[in-house]
Amino acid sequence: MSAPILVLENVSKNFGGVRAVSDVSLSLQEGEIVALIGPNGAGKTTLVNVITGVHSASEGRIRFRGADVTGQRPFQAARRGLARTFQIVQPFPRMTVLENVAAGALFGGGHANVRDAMAAAREQLEFTGLTPFADRAASALTLAGRKRLELAKSLAMKPGILMLDEVNAGLNSSEIDGALTLIRRIAERGVTILIIEHLMKVVLSLAHRVLVLHHGQLIAEGDRNMIVDDPRVIEAYLGEKFARRIKEALSHA
Amino acid sequence: MTQSMRYFLFAACVIVLASTPLWAGNYIVRLSITIAMYSALALSWNFIGGFTGYPSFSTAAFFGLGSYAGALSQNAGVPVILAWVLATLFVGVFAAVLGSIILRLRGHYFAIGSFGVVEVVRLVISSWGSLTGGGDGLNVPLVTGEPNVVAQTFLAVMIVIMLIVLAFTIAVDRSRLGFGLRCIQQNEDAADMVGINTTRYKVYAYTMSAMFCGTVGAAYASWTGYIDPVDSFSIIMTVKVPVMCLLGGAGTVFGPILGAAAFLLLEEFFWANFLEYNRAILGAVIVVLIFFLPGGLLKVRYRDLFARIRVRSIQSRTAK
Amino acid sequence: MFHLQTLANGIVLGALYACLAVGFSLVWGVLNIINMLHGSMIVLGGYLTFFAWQGYGIHPLVALSFVALVLYCVGYVTQFLVINRVVNEPVLTTLTLTFGLDLILYNFMTVYYTATPVRVTLDLGVVDLGGVVEPVDRLLGMALALVLTGILYVVMRGSRIGRAIVAVRMDRTAAELMGIRVEQIYAITFGIGALMAGAAGAVFAMVYPITTNLTSTFLGKAFVVCVIGGLGSVPGALIGGLVLGMIESFAGQFFGPQHALTVGFLLMLVLLVVKPTGLTGIKGYE
Repeated sequence: MSAPILVLENVSKNFGGVRAVSDVSLSLQEGEIVALIGPNGAGKTTLVNVITGVHSASEGRIRFRGADVTGQRPFQAARRGLARTFQIVQPFPRMTVLENVAAGALFGGGHANVRDAMAAAREQLEFTGLTPFADRAASALTLAGRKRLELAKSLAMKPGILMLDEVNAGLNSSEIDGALTLIRRIAERGVTILIIEHLMKVVLSLAHRVLVLHHGQLIAEGDRNMIVDDPRVIEAYLGEKFARRIKEALSHA
Repeated sequence: MTQSMRYFLFAACVIVLASTPLWAGNYIVRLSITIAMYSALALSWNFIGGFTGYPSFSTAAFFGLGSYAGALSQNAGVPVILAWVLATLFVGVFAAVLGSIILRLRGHYFAIGSFGVVEVVRLVISSWGSLTGGGDGLNVPLVTGEPNVVAQTFLAVMIVIMLIVLAFTIAVDRSRLGFGLRCIQQNEDAADMVGINTTRYKVYAYTMSAMFCGTVGAAYASWTGYIDPVDSFSIIMTVKVPVMCLLGGAGTVFGPILGAAAFLLLEEFFWANFLEYNRAILGAVIVVLIFFLPGGLLKVRYRDLFARIRVRSIQSRTAK
Repeated sequence: MFHLQTLANGIVLGALYACLAVGFSLVWGVLNIINMLHGSMIVLGGYLTFFAWQGYGIHPLVALSFVALVLYCVGYVTQFLVINRVVNEPVLTTLTLTFGLDLILYNFMTVYYTATPVRVTLDLGVVDLGGVVEPVDRLLGMALALVLTGILYVVMRGSRIGRAIVAVRMDRTAAELMGIRVEQIYAITFGIGALMAGAAGAVFAMVYPITTNLTSTFLGKAFVVCVIGGLGSVPGALIGGLVLGMIESFAGQFFGPQHALTVGFLLMLVLLVVKPTGLTGIKGYE
């Protein structure tokens, strides 16, 4: 088994008196799809922020492809191949969809000039099905479109790891299915995926492994069946009834 | 209007401007020098204010520092053109250092900080009498020659500076840097997340916005032969330049030049005819600009403009 | 004794600065607009007070209320008709707009009043408190400044309008959802800002010569006070004013009067970089 692509060693993050992330250690293997679940306020987004350098870790080390990247700044994380999407999408509103994706290609993806970046961007638009919208202003897209744009932009950054922060929030059922298909295709390309999700349907159908965060601590880690059986997870997050329903669904699957 | 048409039109205007000594009187030649000068200043401001969206009010600080750096160099025996180059470098370095500190601020705080820089620099220069002559001002060795020839020379100088800044503008507009600055302007946090080293890019933009103000300042000092702190660090200039750029179209390539020319021509007209009220009229121009030309002259679609005026008047009637 | 005098001067000055800046701070904190007209409004208040005194024999203490009212109307109307349209625009737009409006006001004042300094000279003599000498009119000015600032504080905390303004400052959208007519609150706030400026001008006219050249000086001081003290709050303006007053007084004593201004500005720049929220820690918008 090759070395893990991402390793967190005893990472903690304090905000004043609040310990948002507490002594988290985990590792991601290249090509995995890992889900990060937990109740609201558990620290999932904060953890992603720490990994990508938006916040600096109060304690612990972060290693990406073997290199220590603990103190990195967000733009460095982007260039190294640590891409993430936001819960509340952050496009460049007055630029076109194509230009938005080209931004990812040009900087994170390291293309040398604007023309090459545009060409690379077109490929990503093709992949995510956004080609018809290439020349529309980013602000003119629907929510589902903007989420796709975030994905395309992240892909243009040639990520080794893609961290998706509640990418399905606000989408309806068919839009979610579309997103799932897209995520699977991204994983097929070899991108490691860490997905923060509340929708168990997504978690169960996509994830090889599940990490459970509660009050900033990693309380459980394992495959889907293990998680659903784990009493701590049930108490902290799933609840008895829901856990039973999932178990039933899994056994039928 | 296609790209090449735009360049052709611009070239024609430059030729007209450069040729004024041949067919026009002193007054018009001076006006041309002023237009070229302010075009260079507006183009400079465009880097930080237009492309990057940071409302800088430091133009006067850079201009003034440039004029003093140039004047002091010349007084120390440095040949004229080299003095201008030195002034450019000095102001560039100053801006790079200042920028790395001040660009952490955003919005209003950045605007005030940039204003404050003008004040502090002016006060420092005024107080350092032994070096700068303080409030009494500084004399610069006059360029000898017949007045008309001198004017022609400085017209050429200012036009050359303007063209240099324009060249930089075009280069930035097409480059990775320009793209990145626009990203910063529209969403700085997203720009960071996409892989742009925002601090570095902002410092580049700020430095570029400063350097050539220094050149213009130094050349201006050589032209007038005398500088003092009040005129070199003028608050009016530091506000006029962004307004000119906004008027023409901030973030565009030719907008600053168009804006500077339009503004100065307007100003000359009002100064000549309504001397007493010229400031009020300048103020009125600004107010009109904000309401009716939010993107500047270059970004106006004239059909939409008239439609909007009609809609506004309908709205205000129905709102009663 | 030497330092006590400087201290006393600093306090008197500080109170005046606080009063000068509190309206500006309120407008910036609540509307997120830097009112470049502020300095001119102060001067206008001063002029109106002077001409009321000179032309009609009205004592400045009486004129103060009228001047405040006039400026309130001016502010309200300006906000309602003009500034309300650009409240959500970026900094450059609002700043340039208020600058443009200021140019208009400034020009009209210069033409109408000329730049000759005017001052309401109330010959009230001088007071000597154990070695510290202060002219009575300046003490009166200080007292008035503190009273006005205090009244504003009480209004902000106690009245419905005051609470509404604070609500809008904290969260505009939430305030709207609660039925507060935000546009009207904006106009009222700007009106109050203008009112305080006018009142400050009236007070200043009793203490110093007023001239249109002072508009940018007043504006500059207001900035510095806000950065030092924090935005949008009366205590912030008070603290900021007192600190600036002290600094200028002591810097003037030790470095000479012409450097007093520089020190104030330098402090502002340093604070902007180090702690832009000021001493009270209340942050304005960005």
